[in-house]
Amino acid sequence: MFLFFLSSGMFLGWSLGANDASNVFGTAVGSRMLRFRTAAVLCCIFVILGAVISGAGATHTLGKLGAVNAVAGAFVVAFSAAMSVYLMTLARYPVSTSQAIVGAIIGWNLFSGSPTDSSALTKIVITWIVCPILSGIIAVISYKLVSFFILKRKIHMFKLDEMTRYGLVLMGAFGAFALGANNIANVVGVFLPVSPFTSIKILGDFCVSPAQQLFFLGSLAISVGVVTYSRRVMDTVGTGIFKLSPVMALVAVWSHSAVLFLFASERLEQILINLGLPSIPLVPVSSSQAIVGAVVGMGLLKGRHNIRWRTVAGIAGSWVTTPIFACLISFICLFILQNVFQQTVYLP
Amino acid sequence: MAFISIFKNRTGIEKEIDSFLNLASESGLIFIQGIGAYLGNDIDSFSEHLSHVVETEKEADTLRRSIEDLLYRKTLIPESRGDVLELIERMDALLGRFKGVMFRVEIERPNINPQFHSGLKSLSNCVIEAVESATLSLRSYFKDISQATDHIHKVSFWETEADKASTSLQKAIFNNNELGLDSKMQLRDLVRSIDKIADHAEDLADTLAIYVIKRSL
Repeated sequence: MFLFFLSSGMFLGWSLGANDASNVFGTAVGSRMLRFRTAAVLCCIFVILGAVISGAGATHTLGKLGAVNAVAGAFVVAFSAAMSVYLMTLARYPVSTSQAIVGAIIGWNLFSGSPTDSSALTKIVITWIVCPILSGIIAVISYKLVSFFILKRKIHMFKLDEMTRYGLVLMGAFGAFALGANNIANVVGVFLPVSPFTSIKILGDFCVSPAQQLFFLGSLAISVGVVTYSRRVMDTVGTGIFKLSPVMALVAVWSHSAVLFLFASERLEQILINLGLPSIPLVPVSSSQAIVGAVVGMGLLKGRHNIRWRTVAGIAGSWVTTPIFACLISFICLFILQNVFQQTVYLP
Repeated sequence: MAFISIFKNRTGIEKEIDSFLNLASESGLIFIQGIGAYLGNDIDSFSEHLSHVVETEKEADTLRRSIEDLLYRKTLIPESRGDVLELIERMDALLGRFKGVMFRVEIERPNINPQFHSGLKSLSNCVIEAVESATLSLRSYFKDISQATDHIHKVSFWETEADKASTSLQKAIFNNNELGLDSKMQLRDLVRSIDKIADHAEDLADTLAIYVIKRSL
């Protein structure tokens, strides 16, 4: 039965793959530096690695927001988020899976009468504003530095082409890893409290925790989404907002990956704490917001008339509607599941 | 695997473009030597230079095809591929013009009065300087884009100089009372065809100027 309910998480994983892979490789494919097939394969491998190795960090924050305590409830929460993301993917908008899942959890909280942890919610919402701005700032600074380096070193056009391709592969892999690490919480995070999995020992001492098993399944679903349906949104990110040069594409992926990594790395958080510095909250941020922030940042650097503001406005609008949609769908579906199908969607 | 082959081809195409631009420079030098030989009435040497320029042009054609093939087959520099191909083709056309002028001289064997020799040499010099600057600007476009504009400016300068030399030479031709109208028109056409090379070099430079803006970081 758990596996049946998990199917909505798989649907969400598929939606995330279809939508968010565009953030990692959309600029590279859009600028024709990488083939879609190559990008998809790389993305799948590193999303799975990121989810299984480093997926735990951001999951805790999501758990604090609302611990969905019944498997049917978790099913609806994931389904509502997935449906919102899927609808936005159909409209070719790069939306935030994080926003969708947060909206859906709040829908569950409202339905079940559970309190929403306002400090966790505030923390998450603030990152939605900070994330694109931070990504834009990183992109502008990085682009300035890269341009200076290229002009100073007088790099041959073909050498630059080669370096950019290497860079896009490396940064794309890093981005996919960060996406897996940061966003797997959105896909299967709600199932963690209700997961029936137990630890498995493989190759002697190597232990795979229940969470890692769940993360692996989620990342497989993401991979299927990448391969089957991510091409459409890649076009929007790659060429829809602003025509990116290959170097800009590289900088955009770097900025996106850096922001995702900042908000997902437990190790980095520990290092900052050890150094007595303020730590960065481990929150599932939106990779879509990160990449759009980076692209718009570089577009502004090149002169704001180059940006297709209508597309940007459409994307920003979808960021507002996605959590609201997810919240509404979640509330309605919970009502139907409880009253029509007689399922326990929350434990009092 | 696809990546590895792209990286291997990158070095190959860099060399091919360098060789192609070397041939463009070389053609200008062969051209001026050929014209000098013809004016010095050394027809054998002129014929040698003519065959040399034909060979150079043929070699450049082969390189151009190979560059085009590599660029498209290996999807290198996707954002500037079309621009690079146009520039290479225009440069190749310039090489063809050197060959065309020399063939014209070979076919028509015009009788050039010694009083026009210095003017003709001066015009040829301006033309090859314009082509050389265009070659340098194209090299800079690939290697050091910040220098390209300087060379583009020099192309314009030498084209204007070529225009001045061409006008004064044509005036001198038509002011000469010893020549018949047929000889005057033949020489005028020769002068114009040489001057046209500088015009085309300037067209190439103008196109390049736009591509430099497009590529500027």
